[in-house]
Amino acid sequence: MELLMDLLNIDNITMKFDGLTAVSNFKLKIAPGELVGLIGPNGAGKTTVFNMITGIYTPTINKIYFQDQDITGIKPDKIAKAGIARTFQNIRLLDNLTVIDNVMIGFHLHLKSNLASAILRLPNYAREEESIYHKSMELLEKVQLEKFKLEKAGSLPYGQQRKLEIVRALATGPKLLLLDEPAAGMNPQETKDLMGFIQKIQDDFNLSILLIEHDMKVVMGICRRILVMDYGVTIAEGNPIEIQNNPEVIKAYLGVDANYA
Amino acid sequence: MKKQNEKLFTILALVVLGVLVYLAESNLDAYKLRILNLSAIYVTLGVSLNLIYGFTGQFSLGHAGFMAIGAYVTTLLVLPPYYKEMIFILEPLVWPFTVMHSPFIVALLLSGLLSALVAILVGLPVLRLKGDYLGIATLGFAEIVRIIANNIPQVTNGALGIKGIPEFSNLWWTVGVAVFTIYIIKGLINSSYGRALMAIRENEIAAEVVGVNLTYHKVMSFAVSAFFAGVAGGLFACLITTIDPKAFMFVMTFNILIVVVLGGLGSITGTVIAAFLFNYSLEYLRPVEAGFSIGPIVIPAIPGLRMVAFSVLLLLVILYMKKGLLGGAEFSWKGLFQFFRKIFPNKKSSEGSAR
Repeated sequence: MELLMDLLNIDNITMKFDGLTAVSNFKLKIAPGELVGLIGPNGAGKTTVFNMITGIYTPTINKIYFQDQDITGIKPDKIAKAGIARTFQNIRLLDNLTVIDNVMIGFHLHLKSNLASAILRLPNYAREEESIYHKSMELLEKVQLEKFKLEKAGSLPYGQQRKLEIVRALATGPKLLLLDEPAAGMNPQETKDLMGFIQKIQDDFNLSILLIEHDMKVVMGICRRILVMDYGVTIAEGNPIEIQNNPEVIKAYLGVDANYA
Repeated sequence: MKKQNEKLFTILALVVLGVLVYLAESNLDAYKLRILNLSAIYVTLGVSLNLIYGFTGQFSLGHAGFMAIGAYVTTLLVLPPYYKEMIFILEPLVWPFTVMHSPFIVALLLSGLLSALVAILVGLPVLRLKGDYLGIATLGFAEIVRIIANNIPQVTNGALGIKGIPEFSNLWWTVGVAVFTIYIIKGLINSSYGRALMAIRENEIAAEVVGVNLTYHKVMSFAVSAFFAGVAGGLFACLITTIDPKAFMFVMTFNILIVVVLGGLGSITGTVIAAFLFNYSLEYLRPVEAGFSIGPIVIPAIPGLRMVAFSVLLLLVILYMKKGLLGGAEFSWKGLFQFFRKIFPNKKSSEGSAR
């Protein structure tokens, strides 16, 4: 039932670091508006997949297509411009800059004013900066961070840093959002809020989302399709119920009973 | 505080600065003027180094190299042709330098532009390096410039240097260029491009995935920084009136680095204050080099001892004031008035005394 063009098409990529194969033969298609979960034990290669999609690594074998364009080996900033944004497992904010600056930086790649008009603050640049500021404030309001706009990003509590990082990713105007363990370190209530928030931004911004998460409640709750990786290999794919009952998945997560084997 | 008012105060402060420059030019002796001029040139050098190191986070030790380029370009352009014929003793000056001649301001601009061009060519490969490695590579670049200057006597008069450069630099020029530098670099760092530079400093990977083109922004920052270093080099040549390759040894870069670190990485106000502090302390510390005694211990006259005093000062600042003398604070009219209000809580509003 492939009526829609795939937004992202990962065609059997493999990533090798010298002798170590971190990811092998990884295949994934994401349609517009889809929310796909990517799970697996630690070291399975999930973040490596993210790093390949965002251009931090170039796959050793085969290619990645975004909106039918080959984006393999393209620099991260060009990929961001094409419409892929991400967050990091270990939050990467601009710690010494203000919260509002952390969001405004996301709009930089769409800036039309040239360097000279920005330095001299000519009217065309002043207008653009003004509108970037307002759009950033709107985004901050969505996560109730507007009152912290002049605080340093590094001084925010952990959960709010995660939210700020998502908002910064949204500022780049993505079509595909990659979230790397957004619920890590959150308490149950925060996690619940986060689930609602992810679904809300998916609707509001018309996003496709690929989500790495260890919290099964989150993954099973909001993803209709889930991929499971183990040792760099995709061991299962399906809806939450299929995944929960897949013996390979249970084996990967819980190990195998010696008697049972 | 309204934006309009701030602009008005800035203009007012500039007028006051102009009056001060006028008074200094007409009343102070040559020695005092020299220190003021040097301080103003160090403001330009410090603020421009702060752009690439403090704001962009790229550890560059190549400033003396860009200064040297600017100094030689300006010198060759402002010296009258007949005079050039006279002083190039080792080897005759090659064409087209023999006939090139331009007004001071054109010479300064070309100095900056050539420095920026060299910065782009050097920066494209070198700015891929990070941290200490970049420092070493840029230090190497500065040394290469100096050694080239030493070895092409047909352009630079080699180790003999060039003497009798017209003394065009005065406070109007040096302070004017310093103000212009601050205006441009402040404008840059307060813009979206400046935000991108600081993003690179904070977290290179994060900057890249939100769409900041690392190569473009790093090279741009390096080139703008080099532009002003080149202009400062030209001012320097026309202040000292004699240049030779030894004037642009790595010590020069470290002097600028001292100013930047004292003033605080990423603080323009701090750099300005540190530039003056540095040059005045150098003069006040002169007696130290003449030899002195602490009780029974007699310290003989050691040239260069004042630099030891600076090393101690630098160590103290690095240990106890990581953000520099001002703690990273930046001057603003708003901040100034809040400060006044704190001192004089009774008065409703205090007079706007500039500086």
